[in-house]
Amino acid sequence: MRVIVIGAGAIGAASALALAEAGAEVVVVDRAGVAGETSSRCEGNILVSDKGPGAEAELAIVANRAWRALAERLDADRGPGQPATEFEAKGGVVVAFPGGEAALGAFAASQRGIGITANEVDASALRALEPHLSPEVVRGIHYPDDAQVQPSLATQAMLARAVRLGATVRVTEATGARVRAGRAIGVETPEGPIEGDAVVNCAGPWAGEVAARFGARLDIRPRRGLILVTVPMPQRVFHKVYDADYVGAVGSADAALQTSTVVESTPAGTVLIGSSRERVGFSESNTLPALAEIAAKAARLFPFLADTMLLRSYHGFRPYAPDHLPAIGADGEVAGLFHAAGHEGAGIGLAPTTGDLVAHAVLGVPAPIDPAPFLPTRAALREEAA
Amino acid sequence: MTIRISFDGDEVLGREGQTIAGVLLASGRRSWRTADGEERGVFCGIGVCQDCVVTVNGVGSVRACQRTACDGDAIEREVR
Repeated sequence: MRVIVIGAGAIGAASALALAEAGAEVVVVDRAGVAGETSSRCEGNILVSDKGPGAEAELAIVANRAWRALAERLDADRGPGQPATEFEAKGGVVVAFPGGEAALGAFAASQRGIGITANEVDASALRALEPHLSPEVVRGIHYPDDAQVQPSLATQAMLARAVRLGATVRVTEATGARVRAGRAIGVETPEGPIEGDAVVNCAGPWAGEVAARFGARLDIRPRRGLILVTVPMPQRVFHKVYDADYVGAVGSADAALQTSTVVESTPAGTVLIGSSRERVGFSESNTLPALAEIAAKAARLFPFLADTMLLRSYHGFRPYAPDHLPAIGADGEVAGLFHAAGHEGAGIGLAPTTGDLVAHAVLGVPAPIDPAPFLPTRAALREEAA
Repeated sequence: MTIRISFDGDEVLGREGQTIAGVLLASGRRSWRTADGEERGVFCGIGVCQDCVVTVNGVGSVRACQRTACDGDAIEREVR
């Protein structure tokens, strides 16, 4: 079985790896190269802390376990000169400012009900976990299972392993569909057609556009997220620390700008400060209002940041599904076409299990989790794109 | 004119007008910051990459390649 994967981001790489490990011959096609877009413009989150009970939380729990094994395997199996994935099981600390304690406590209790470890921490325990946190913060929840990878390196590592198993990567654009007798068999590219037996659409925020080229409907839209980067400094932030209002912003369908504070340090010494979500299409302009709001909120959480120099900012387009669930599985109308997209800001974390679900859908290997909630045939994804 | 600065308590001699990075390089040091166990020092040398930052007289994140060394400066290594 020869499978064409469109997209060399984390989801395409994980899908390619799972397919190659299950014995398929895989060709990955991406116009921007490996992790050229969304997967290199994010924070590399592997979170369970932001998921309330439901299908996505179940997926996140399974994927969190899968990442631990995968990162170890990828790091052990590196080729010469290949960097590590920088997998860090740093844990997350979600905090509430006065007034937000009850909502945070209730959310954590609902998560414990589905098996997520969510430990209550009082003010003094919070100081021990994060000594530089604002004294205003009085309550927090510690999620020891939250983790992080360097997303570009992790994506490269998954693809490198897939390539060692026989996969090929083509840096070219899938400009059109190859369909024979109503069945997707490949893509047109400026360098000629690439054909196989099945096509997997892992085009992230462009997945709707790619689906349309095959005559399929998939309502995935871009949602812009901005991140600030400080100069390198001695470590003052030890976990992924975020304000409980992050959960509300993730789950929101609002098109307008929303920001919520997420602060963490990287192994290089920089501190990443997020986050924002706004639906502005693929616009790259007018980023200042979001950046100013993020900076102000972050300085409230960690007062030392007010005197810290910023190195740069960056933004990425998250693939947004109207019902906040990724689309994973066979297309409802076009035979041979499969989708794996719409993970919004959770794609890095959900990648390994998404890859396994793709291998299940395409090759029939056992599924790691019930695939039903994620099927692209659900009504919410088939509306006309607004 | 000779200036004297200290790096993590050790006296280092330099010449007036040199940057901190210049003084440290001239003293034979190739790196003066640690990040994730890796040694860091001058990478770009023109103030862009922020790899060479040090703490100067208690102020953190100072670019050693941009800051002129002054007699009596106390330079400290930053460790992540």
